[in-house]
Amino acid sequence: MSHSHQSEQAPLLELENLRVSFPTPQGRVEVVKGLSFTLGRERLGIVGESGSGKSMTGRAILRLVRSPGRQQADRMVFDGIDLAGLSERKMRDLRGARISMIMQDPKFSLNPVMTIGAQIAEALKTHETLARREIKSRVLEMLHSVRINDPERVVNLYPHEVSGGMGQRIMIAMMLIPRPDLLIADEPTSALDVSVQAQVLDLIDELVRDKGMGLILISHDLNLVARYCDRILVMHAGEVVESCAAEDLHKATHPYTQGLLAAVPRMEETREELPVLDRSAWSGT
Amino acid sequence: MGTRPLNTAAPSNAALRKTAGAIGGFIIVTLLTFVGLMAITFFIGRVIPIDPVLSVVGDRATQEQYDAVRIAMGLDRPLIAQFITYVGDVFQGDLGHSVSTNRPVAEDLARVFPATLEMATLGIIIGVGMGVPLGVWAAARQGTWVDQLIRVFALLGYSVPAFWLGLVGLVVFYAGLGWVGGPGRVDIFYEGLVEPRTGLLLVDSLIARDFDVFWSALDHLILPATILGFFSLAYIARMTRSFMLDQLGQEYITTARVKGVAEWRVIWTHGFRPIRVPLITVIGLSYAALLEGSVMIETVFSWPGIGNYLTVALLNADMNAVLGATLVIGSVFILINKLSDVLYRILDPRSR
Repeated sequence: MSHSHQSEQAPLLELENLRVSFPTPQGRVEVVKGLSFTLGRERLGIVGESGSGKSMTGRAILRLVRSPGRQQADRMVFDGIDLAGLSERKMRDLRGARISMIMQDPKFSLNPVMTIGAQIAEALKTHETLARREIKSRVLEMLHSVRINDPERVVNLYPHEVSGGMGQRIMIAMMLIPRPDLLIADEPTSALDVSVQAQVLDLIDELVRDKGMGLILISHDLNLVARYCDRILVMHAGEVVESCAAEDLHKATHPYTQGLLAAVPRMEETREELPVLDRSAWSGT
Repeated sequence: MGTRPLNTAAPSNAALRKTAGAIGGFIIVTLLTFVGLMAITFFIGRVIPIDPVLSVVGDRATQEQYDAVRIAMGLDRPLIAQFITYVGDVFQGDLGHSVSTNRPVAEDLARVFPATLEMATLGIIIGVGMGVPLGVWAAARQGTWVDQLIRVFALLGYSVPAFWLGLVGLVVFYAGLGWVGGPGRVDIFYEGLVEPRTGLLLVDSLIARDFDVFWSALDHLILPATILGFFSLAYIARMTRSFMLDQLGQEYITTARVKGVAEWRVIWTHGFRPIRVPLITVIGLSYAALLEGSVMIETVFSWPGIGNYLTVALLNADMNAVLGATLVIGSVFILINKLSDVLYRILDPRSR
């Protein structure tokens, strides 16, 4: 991978003034309103409540905002490639191969009538021409690296035959097998049991660090993002309201972030009631 | 790992017994459905205000003659006894005697049913072969002019009467352009040339290697079959489109796009494969509908099929013929339903 030898300063992804809008009977409504950030080979967390535009940001980077939704950006450059000006065909070559995305719920994001092996192999075959034997061994090897003990059996299963945690590890395998440079994880654990959430996130973390990938972790969970990311963007109503290093999260200045932080329960809780977000503090209403 | 253990081992004795049990259950259920069908057709046939005796003796017979025929037909016995006799006869292949053709009903049906089968089969092939791709295409281009055009085309199939389309088709393609053969199954000078082995003229002529008959039969078949096909196409295309729209909104379609999969593959492999299962039901039902519901087309094209036969029998109060034809159509329905059940299990891993 020649691009990984580029200078440390060259950013992996530059985003300037990204806008995503959807038509409504009242006219077009912007769900992402001018988002800008620069990402290196680091772990960026995007936090926000439902409808804050964080998921749409993830899809917009892959140019997968479906019509009638529309996206535009002043600048959207990935590893020196101008994504906005790319043909759909060239964009397709990039998807999966260089930028990949882990989806939320394996129950819905895996094809129910294709075996797990076929789905993972497809991710590889789409971008590389390999002999069947080699594809098979890469799939088995990948499944092994996401901690699936008996990959030979699992490749022949269908998604409804595996648990949620296992489904999500299969998802990770599928998205990482073509060795992308940037991984977007869109609420990768919110559909999972609390007990397997940490396993899945640790796994993503480990693989991302090993391979030196960039990670965008999209979540509504502040603590989780603070634990697994280097830098955090807090989104609200389509805009970034706070941008800080993960360890500086407690120094957050925006009232929305402060309100969110105050609403997180602590281990040694002394408050009778957790505070409710007071939205008048920033929206002026 | 929280997964269900699956049949990883070689098929055991228990598994074989399970399969045998499933097949046995399948046969019993099919038989029961068939007997139920016989019961319904039989009792409806007996309660409708048509006197089967009158249709035999005519309305100028004396009371003695009338009574004699009534006893000879067994109509004086209790309904249940009549039904049991009827079921016994049917299982021996005896559907009674037709009053209007003066032949055994089973023999008549063996002659007319293949004619309908041939037309409906070609019709459904046209309907599926065009309806499914059109439906998928419309869904993939939802909201564009392609979609609108296909929807209007499909709507026409819903709203245009079959007999009108049949007549217009004859006027334009037979009388006007001379591209196709006219009414009937084959040109008259070819009639009765090939030995009816299957009753399907296309197949019989191929077996006999009589290609003149084959082309003539195809010439006659193509127009009515296309018109029938158009009606099933309309239904199949609409259903395919709505199934596909539902599929294309699923999360795993986005997953496929994230992987960088080409659009045609997203549509056919990820979108279309899961809808084969519901589509089988739709196709099965439209095929059955073509087999029973082609009366209009058969009339317009003088097609000696089961629809025509049934209509004539009904108008002549020929109850044995009506019951027999209904039974055949009902059995086809049962058969197609059971067949789609089997295909379901093969195609959907979740139902195995």
